[in-house]
This record gives sequence, C-alpha cells and structure tokens, in this order.
Amino acid sequence: MRLQIEDVLCTFCGCLCDDIKVEVNEGRIERVRGACRLGSSKIMGHNRIKSPMIRVNGTLKETSYEDAYRKAAEILVSAKHPLLYGWASTTCEALKKGIILAEEIGGVVDTTATVCHGPSIIGIEEKGLVGSTLGQIKNRADLIVFWGCNPSEAHPRHTLRYSSNASGRFIPEGRKDRKVLVIDVRETRTARNADRFLRIQPGTDYEIISALRMIIGGKAESLPEDVAGVSKKELIEIAEMMKSAKFGAIFFGLGLTHSRGRYKNVDNALSLVSELNSHTKFVIMAMRGHYNVTGAGQVLAWSSGYPMAVDYARGAPYYNPGETSCCDLLSRRDVDAALIIASDPASNLPRGCVEALAEMPVIQIDPFENPTTLFADVVIPSAIAGIEVEGTAYRMDGLSLRLRKLVDAEYPGDVEILQAILDNVRRLRDDN
Amino acid sequence: MAVMISGRTLAQGAGCEDKMSPLYINEVSCCYLSEEDYRALGLSDGMNLLLTSPHGSAVLRAGVDRGLPQGMVFIPMGPWANMLTGTDTKGCGMPGFKGVEVEVTPTDEKVLDIRELMLRGR
Repeated sequence: MRLQIEDVLCTFCGCLCDDIKVEVNEGRIERVRGACRLGSSKIMGHNRIKSPMIRVNGTLKETSYEDAYRKAAEILVSAKHPLLYGWASTTCEALKKGIILAEEIGGVVDTTATVCHGPSIIGIEEKGLVGSTLGQIKNRADLIVFWGCNPSEAHPRHTLRYSSNASGRFIPEGRKDRKVLVIDVRETRTARNADRFLRIQPGTDYEIISALRMIIGGKAESLPEDVAGVSKKELIEIAEMMKSAKFGAIFFGLGLTHSRGRYKNVDNALSLVSELNSHTKFVIMAMRGHYNVTGAGQVLAWSSGYPMAVDYARGAPYYNPGETSCCDLLSRRDVDAALIIASDPASNLPRGCVEALAEMPVIQIDPFENPTTLFADVVIPSAIAGIEVEGTAYRMDGLSLRLRKLVDAEYPGDVEILQAILDNVRRLRDDN
Repeated sequence: MAVMISGRTLAQGAGCEDKMSPLYINEVSCCYLSEEDYRALGLSDGMNLLLTSPHGSAVLRAGVDRGLPQGMVFIPMGPWANMLTGTDTKGCGMPGFKGVEVEVTPTDEKVLDIRELMLRGR
C-alpha cells in the first residue's frame, strides 16, 4: 500500500525541520520531498549493519541479540570506569535509559556536545543567554549575523525556514527586509550571500568581540586603529549595523568553540549581546549540529544537574569538563571500556583519543557501520529514531518535538537495547 | 607553514551516516587551499599533499577553495583532519579542531583507504 506521510520531522541536524513529506510503499521509503540533501540522504537510508556481532580472535562474527546483550553487560560490569558516549542522534528516552545504566555501573555519560557546542554550554553557564525561539527570529529579526558558522552547508534549510531568507510576520519580504552579516575566517557559501562579510584572522574572535563591545559601550576612542587585522573604521560600521537593527540575532557555530579561546569566545559573545540590549533587541543562538544534541543536554541536566560529561563513579553525579569529558578521559586513559551509541568517535575525535579507544573493549549501538565499528568488540544494530521508532528530540532553540515512526523496523530501538543490557547487568550482579 | 581549519561541508554531511561510502571518504580526505597556494605549490589535478602537524601526519588529495585566504587550508571534518589534531582540550573538553599549524608539501604517496588509515600503526 502506498502512503504519503506529511509533516515528518527530519532527524539530521538541529533544525529538526518538521515539514517533510515521505512516500512509503509496501513498508519501504520510496521518496522524500522538502528535505535538504543531508536530510534526504538520511531518510532514504543507507547500508545497515545486518546482525549483531561479537569480535572473536580479531574478527567480528555474527551472533544473536541475546548473546550481544550478555557480552555487552559482561564488558560493562568488568570495567572499573566505563564511558557511555554519544547520544546526540538518538531520542531523549534512550538517554534516560542510559543514565540509569551509568548509575548502576558507575560510568561516565558524555555527549557529542563536548566536541561541538560544549564550550557554548560552559559559556552560557557562566554568563546567561539572551535567547529566543527560531520562530521569533523568523518573524522579527531584521539583522541576522552568522558568526563562525556556515548554514549553507551544515544546516541547509536554516536560512529558508528560520533566518536570512525566511519571510515572517513582521518581515514580509524575507531576504529583502533583512540585513545579513557574516563573520568568518574564510569566505564560505553563506558569506557569499551576505550583505556584508567580515573576514577575521583565525583565533581572533575574542579580540574582535571585545572591540565591538568597547565601541557599543562608547569607548571607541580607546581602541587602536587596527584590531587583530581589522580596521577600527570597519568595526565601528559593524557595531552601528548591530545597534541600528530593530531585532538582531547572532547565530554562532564551531568557529567560536573550536578556536583559540573556546568557551571564553562564547562567554564574550553572550556579553556583547547582553550589552546590545541596552540599545535594541538582540538575541543569540548556537547552531547545534546533531538533531538531538540539545535534548541530550536537557535530559542530563534535569536528571543530574549537569548538561554533559557526568561521572557517576562516585555514586553521585560529578561534572568537570576537561576532566570528565570524553577526549580528556580517553587521552588520560581514565576509562577502561566504552559504550558508543548514535555517534562515531573514531572519525570525530583526535587521533590520540581514537588510539586509546582502540585499546579498550568497545560496545557499539548504531544502525550503520562506521569507523568505530572497526574497533568495536560488540556491535548491536538498532532501529533509526524518527523513521522506525518514535521518541522525543529537542530543536536547536530548545523546543521539544515528537518524532514519528514511518515504517516498521527489523531492528530493536535504542531504548529496548539499553533496557536489555541493563537487565543483563542486573542479572550478572545478582549471580555474583 | 599553514593554518588548518576543519569543518562541515554538504558532501561530508550527506555521507555522515554512511561513512564507509566513497562519497564520504572522498570528501573528508581532501585538503582545500587558496588558488595562490595551490599554484605556488605547483599542484594540478590528481596530486596529493602530505600534511604534518605537531600531532601527526596524513596524505590528502589537493583541491582549490576560492574562499580561502593564503596560508590557510580547509579539511572537511573527519578522520583525516583528526590525524592532525591534538588531544589537549585546555581544560574544557574541546580539542583544537581549528587553528592547527601544519606543514603542507606535495607528495607522491597515495591517500589511504579509510580502513588502512584507521588501523595504521596497529
């Protein structure tokens, strides 16, 4: 039977676009309409991991789900300090289950945020955030600033749905009614479509933000003629552009969090926005990458009080980024087993961390093979959230949305897999 | 000496959940340079680069990105860029994925397959 399902949510990036149309025929997805290239690619599907596998004498061998759950539990129970990492591309319900597992085995729960917008979260904890929903920005913002981000490639529908090119209640002409400013170290596709592009030198975001704060605070005369390679005249023009907006919005990306200064860049940008509110209305938002990385932070925060890198080894939640975050734990060899879910640290972490991961037992829960599979000792294929199972996810502005199930799954969902591993952990504990 | 920046691209994103595919591997094993740097290094289609940082080295294909200034190279985020990235997070959990100083030289060495790259030295 052929079905057209409307208002489907795309589970790729933090935009969580909720207007996708999907055609299903005989239980298979045949066509996706309205999604970007990234979303279409995900919803149409790829090569799946076919069966659970356990590594025997260096080679992955197919096995049953029951054996895979048992082996995973044995690894976690034997470990002194296991890492449970990923969570950004699965549902809030899966992470809730993962936190219970981490509490019982004394593990660390960390999300991919620590190598993404983790520094943004630290900056927000320090400074506070003048925020808004994406809807408010779409309907009101007449100045959009993209700082260290490139939505044309990383969030392809962001500009059309929520920001520079979107028509809104008070912005009826869309792009014509808005000014777009891009601040970046290279001229990206996003920069080519801007009204103004400010190219800065790598690692100088903090200086540029500080200079803008001085100008906006009426201290321009104290500035040198040149700040990190940008002329004072140009900075004054940018500051005027910001002050003269009726409603300005800064979207910032990993250009701030990955560069020199890290969370201090974000802290400074939040202060800039706070000070701009003495002159006009201004808001700021992180361009979150994975579709539910915001939700992962929310679930951890309401469960433990901390948004990422939460260590349960002491019997109570303990949080100290730089100590309990994934990269630091691996590079210090401070964990001795890892459960990797809905993420691919082998591709996304520095080589030194990947080598540490390869030295320890690794359990992987994922629908797809990726470089982490090359190191995994137990591989458990899962259903895809938002396509084969339902659940909850948070958009980049903190709005929670319900993911739908479009087709039946041949695989168990992440919640079911984690519950089965937890049951096996409890059984092993009882036996001992 | 150049400054290496890593980041997302459309093709990297489209291959993100199919990482063993040629689409993803081709995209993330490419190093983009400015036109000026590309010419100065005497590069042409099909030539490779050896990149070396204080943290490691990797061979990548060379490409041109007109949006890059001289002295900056861009690698789509992934295993190749991460061969060059250090593990120091400056106490906040985040390694320096952008702003890594690298040596860039043309090479006759081939770009490794993703399995060879990941299992190199093991």
